[in-house]
Amino acid sequence: MTERTEGTSPSSAGRDGSVAGVDQRPAPAPSAVAALQDPAAPAVPVPPAADDTGGRGTRRAAGRSPWASRARSLVKHGMLIAVGFVMLYPLLWMLASSFKPNALIFRDPALIPSEIDLSNYTVGWDALLHPFSHYLMNSFIIVAGAVLGNLISCSMAAYAFARLNFRGRKLWFAIMLMSIMLPIHVVIVPQYILFSQLDWINTYLPLVVPKLLATDAFFVFLMVQFFRGIPRELDEAAHIDGAGHARIFFRIMLPLATPALATTAIFTFIWTWNDFFSQLIFLTNPDMYTVPVALRTFVDSTGASSWGSLFAMSIVSLVPIFLVFLFGQKYLVKGIATTGIK
Amino acid sequence: MAALGELASLRRSKGVKATPAPVERGDNKAALFFMAPWFIGLFLITAGPLIASLYLSFTDYSLLQPPNWIGFENYERMLGDTRLHNSLRVTFTYVFVSVPLQLAAALGLALLLDRGLRGLAIYRSVYYLPSLLGGSVAIAILWRQIFGTDGLINQVLGFFGIQGQGWVSHPDYALGTLVILNVWTFGSPMIIFLAGLRQIPDMYYEAASIDGAGKLRQFVSITVPLLTPIIFFNLVLQVIGAFQSFTQAFVVSGGTGGPVDSTMFYTLYLYKEGFENFRMGYASGMAWLLLAIVAAMTAVNFLLSKYWVFYND
Repeated sequence: MTERTEGTSPSSAGRDGSVAGVDQRPAPAPSAVAALQDPAAPAVPVPPAADDTGGRGTRRAAGRSPWASRARSLVKHGMLIAVGFVMLYPLLWMLASSFKPNALIFRDPALIPSEIDLSNYTVGWDALLHPFSHYLMNSFIIVAGAVLGNLISCSMAAYAFARLNFRGRKLWFAIMLMSIMLPIHVVIVPQYILFSQLDWINTYLPLVVPKLLATDAFFVFLMVQFFRGIPRELDEAAHIDGAGHARIFFRIMLPLATPALATTAIFTFIWTWNDFFSQLIFLTNPDMYTVPVALRTFVDSTGASSWGSLFAMSIVSLVPIFLVFLFGQKYLVKGIATTGIK
Repeated sequence: MAALGELASLRRSKGVKATPAPVERGDNKAALFFMAPWFIGLFLITAGPLIASLYLSFTDYSLLQPPNWIGFENYERMLGDTRLHNSLRVTFTYVFVSVPLQLAAALGLALLLDRGLRGLAIYRSVYYLPSLLGGSVAIAILWRQIFGTDGLINQVLGFFGIQGQGWVSHPDYALGTLVILNVWTFGSPMIIFLAGLRQIPDMYYEAASIDGAGKLRQFVSITVPLLTPIIFFNLVLQVIGAFQSFTQAFVVSGGTGGPVDSTMFYTLYLYKEGFENFRMGYASGMAWLLLAIVAAMTAVNFLLSKYWVFYND
């Protein structure tokens, strides 16, 4: 991974080169005012994600000696690599330490373990009441439910906001926007009371059902943005051909919105996987523990005595996020650049 | 960034008559179908509980007994609750120190990364990765070790002959470790800055260059003003987020907010009151104070933005 920071491998250069120039023109600023006058206003242009190098490089070299510019570039890359190294060092060190015997973790800041020792993983896997796979499974079930729920409910609401005329649309739209910024702490106590009345505490339901009800308004907004960019002519034509809204939604909008759906799925995955607060509150029975809650119990029960196995299970818990990051980068970057989610 | 922009423009466009949308077939029925999940969610999961918690904040509800109306007693208690005051101080310190540092790092690196840099995609990925992992329990565990007495930092310091100490267990430094953790996640605001930088048309720089403006002048007169809306947006977003931080403080302090309440974030205290001591009425009151603070901070941000944010349109 350290090598990846170098940025000089031919494949990386090629990747940059291939996208440069495709998307150089700055998009017109989104006309938010017009958009708000009518939430279904067509085509608020989504600004281009910062996933290419742009055409600015051309003006850089002008009027400067090649040596000076090369030296500058070297210094710059040196700085960037140093920053990247410092940022990744803790992660790499945790990875290396998860293969070290416990005693070594406390006196060896090196990244390459002198001996590979897998016992941290075997010990950590069975250190709690259930094998770690049990907690992984709980997390996966909740994540799967949440992803599915968000995809269905948020895209439906977004279709209505972007394409339908109904009474009070602007008001509901404003409420939806404001609910994005509502801290969860303000609703968690009554939610807890509601779910315990329903006997849902220590089930997956409190963590999945809200997603089926489009409570992650962020994604509603993300998809409204995307739907607005789809030419209206497409659904008008389908309408003239006799297609109803359900048909237009499933046959035209959803297939065209796969990038937005992917972004939603990826962010829901990561957020739900990392979510600690609500899982801590709604899941108190060790049988129902998810990965974050199980890890927390692990820290409390072992303290500092077994950092090795603690690190090993921490690494296991980060692997799914890392994989999603690896394969979903394009959508992650687009998603952040257009909506500013974390 | 558009969510805030739209809300802001909602405010700005007040009183302006909206162009009536082309009246089409009555969509009310279809809308009811498509909006049904969202409507149910709004009333049962969001707005309903929001109102309910306002009601609960005027009661002594404890989960075990039905709520009794006690008027403003919870709020009066908050006025005299020194632990709560401390948690506010801790949280405000955290927000006011870590957010500017994080944004400065994000902006600095975004500026370095702009302009046709080789390997941009790789740098960006490396810097962004911590943002995805930073909220997890695993990273909080890592932080607890790194800044512990025998942790990585002290090993490295020891290498230079410096005798470190238990940073997480020292009341003066524990909060600092959480600040560092937040700064470490500068990747996501950095990506927003990068997107913003790409929106600045090249011709501005070319024109300035022809007029003889140097690099510094171009930065001060073109980049900064055109980037202020993005800086503003990031500021609002990160402030809102930082006020609600919970996981890191919870795990790093072992659920105690210690040492000596030095990492007792407001949300951590709220959790302890509500879900450990079962003072749910009091916790609801605290939650509404949090909402008020976050709303006030956002409002202040918007008010101040008039003086420094430059809108091109």
